[in-house]
Amino acid sequence: MSAVINEKISTIVDGKRVIAKKPELLAPAGTLEKLKIAIHYGADAVYIGGQEYGLRSNAGNFTLEQMKEGVEFAKKYGAKVYVTTNIYAHNENIDGLEDYLRGLQNAGITGIIVADPLIIETCRRVAPKVEVHLSTQQSLSNWRAVQYWKEEGLHRVVLARETTSEEMREMKEKVDIEIETFIHGAMCIAYSGRCVLSNHMTARDSNRGGCCQSCRWDYDLYSLEENGEQALFSEDDSPFAMSPKDLKLVESIPKLIELGIDSLKVEGRMKSIHYVATVVSVYRKVIDTYCADPDNFQIRQEWLDELEKCANRPAAPAFFEGTPGVEEQLFGVHGKKASHDFAGLVLDYEEETGMVTLQQRNFFRPGDEIEFFGPEIDNFTQKVGTIWDEQGKELDAARHPLQVIRFQTAKPVYPNNMMRKGLE
Amino acid sequence: MKKPELLVTPHSVAAIDLLAEAGADAFVVGEQRYGLRLAGEFSRTDIAQAIETAHAKGKKVYVAVNAIFHNDIANELDEYIAFVKEAGADAIVFGDPAVLMAVRAAAPDMPLHWNTETTATNYFTCNYWGKRGAVRAVLARELSMEEIIEVKEHAEVAIEVQVHGMTCMFQSKRPLLGHYFEYQGKAMEIENRKDAKNMLLYDKERENKYPIFEDANGTHIMSPNDICIIDELAELLEAGIDSFKIDGILHSPEYLLEVTKLYRQAIDLCAECPEEYEEIKDELLEKIEDLQPAHRPLDTGFFFKETVY
Repeated sequence: MSAVINEKISTIVDGKRVIAKKPELLAPAGTLEKLKIAIHYGADAVYIGGQEYGLRSNAGNFTLEQMKEGVEFAKKYGAKVYVTTNIYAHNENIDGLEDYLRGLQNAGITGIIVADPLIIETCRRVAPKVEVHLSTQQSLSNWRAVQYWKEEGLHRVVLARETTSEEMREMKEKVDIEIETFIHGAMCIAYSGRCVLSNHMTARDSNRGGCCQSCRWDYDLYSLEENGEQALFSEDDSPFAMSPKDLKLVESIPKLIELGIDSLKVEGRMKSIHYVATVVSVYRKVIDTYCADPDNFQIRQEWLDELEKCANRPAAPAFFEGTPGVEEQLFGVHGKKASHDFAGLVLDYEEETGMVTLQQRNFFRPGDEIEFFGPEIDNFTQKVGTIWDEQGKELDAARHPLQVIRFQTAKPVYPNNMMRKGLE
Repeated sequence: MKKPELLVTPHSVAAIDLLAEAGADAFVVGEQRYGLRLAGEFSRTDIAQAIETAHAKGKKVYVAVNAIFHNDIANELDEYIAFVKEAGADAIVFGDPAVLMAVRAAAPDMPLHWNTETTATNYFTCNYWGKRGAVRAVLARELSMEEIIEVKEHAEVAIEVQVHGMTCMFQSKRPLLGHYFEYQGKAMEIENRKDAKNMLLYDKERENKYPIFEDANGTHIMSPNDICIIDELAELLEAGIDSFKIDGILHSPEYLLEVTKLYRQAIDLCAECPEEYEEIKDELLEKIEDLQPAHRPLDTGFFFKETVY
């Protein structure tokens, strides 16, 4: 790496440079199960949604009881839990806000991610132990606005997805505040908070969690001429579309660390536990490997391959090195199928017999080529041999979701390891 | 009854005299380097002239500095704001807190209007920006009549509401039209797309046509209908809303002039002679319908539409 050495970030130990300031790896957790998996696979912190005031009406979303359980679980790992309370509230949402925020404080939540000053101010008044982080919904994209929020007493700001690495550098140089930025996942194509397509097209309020993702639809483009409307596409063209590729900054992690970014955030509260586990474990390895020996770091092909196993859209660095071009847009096809299916979750392993007890998450049968992965093991592949159900009855296939299956693995596995199956 | 200010967004300096005579009380001007989705592009010379012309007629001029800024332009703001102050503007319209920081440094007495468009959705937040220097909040167009009136009841700042014209639904930093033309291999043919204000996205399912254009601030997609509540002003007047805005963006200067005259008539009647307003308001609406271009139906925006989430 040719990065400039910054003393706040690295230090010399036994003649070798190591990173002293390791950024937080922040993962999405749509449900309690996802929270546990994200933390078990290496996230330093997770962000979750509550029943109200968050922007994903369709994500699982936590009750206060579930939050408490999540916080207890996280504590055992030294991890933190943040709650997204990033709607732009209408008058009717003001009632109930104080109680909600007090509830978060009582549940032991470390911080809330907020866009609306109503919620910022109310939180500081009624739940002062809770950190206030400015949401990306504020589209924060310059250092003077960062300075403003610092002076307002915020603990951390999440940057706009449109911010470049050079802009981040200037923000870090000029303002002493924690900065969080997105490193991986699906992105709004609009400036966040400034899109009301859903309101107009489906009468659903995008800034209160009702986004219907109409930016992923196809449209026909016309120009209005004196003699009427002229199509600006031919028969063979794909229609006009705005869909961007997903964000992926795995190869820029060294740069983000050297910039001193405090928290690296993965998008995707709606994504599966397989997705969260895969993405978190890759970024965990990249961050740890770089921090241990930054000057001899090289990105490994196996990490890049691993991310492809759960990627359901092509990915790109978006704005990190400047405004993205046409090659970062998707026309015609807006997504793809990931190269692997999540096939099973390990519940138990018997060392004497080498038998795994596994919860089925997708169809598989004897003879299928499968792969195990998890924080305790190196990935390994094998063919599935004979399989049995809980009662010891031999099966021709694992057909039923959540069915408990037993079979022999080539190497030891651990609870919460995952099994995936390659797709043709 | 108190009359609200009638605020319009002119296309050029030349339009200001005519619009003032047609009954406009105030104008928003600016340039796309600092302001968002303006009806016309006003250089510094234009801004100075616009202010001079409007002030000679006893009218006000607000300068739009409400773009979402990145570091490069955020660093220029003190200088631009000093110019705006020197030119004698009556207020600065802002959304980005960087402007607040720059105004505190360069023109601490300058009145501020808070306008982020989509995010001004409750009275608490309007008052929050009021405590930090704003004298006015411009409400999101996605609010209902009931919500607007409730905001006004609790507001410690003046409240501006758009009563006519199109509204922005979407802003991306990316040049999405340019990307599409490049993808089609015809970028060269449509090089001048940055000046083109005649493109539409067609949404087959809803049979809607959304104007779309690109400028220095990115790609903007506009509402398929023009808001028109010329026949529904009584409640807003009674509530004491301080400013009614007509946005002239993507309409002709002639259209804006005629619409301004009709709203002037409507506001005056509604304030001075409510019975007469009730009698002729449908006629005023019909007159506006006659002015509408074929691809621009009228509707009442979100004033009477519920949204869910």
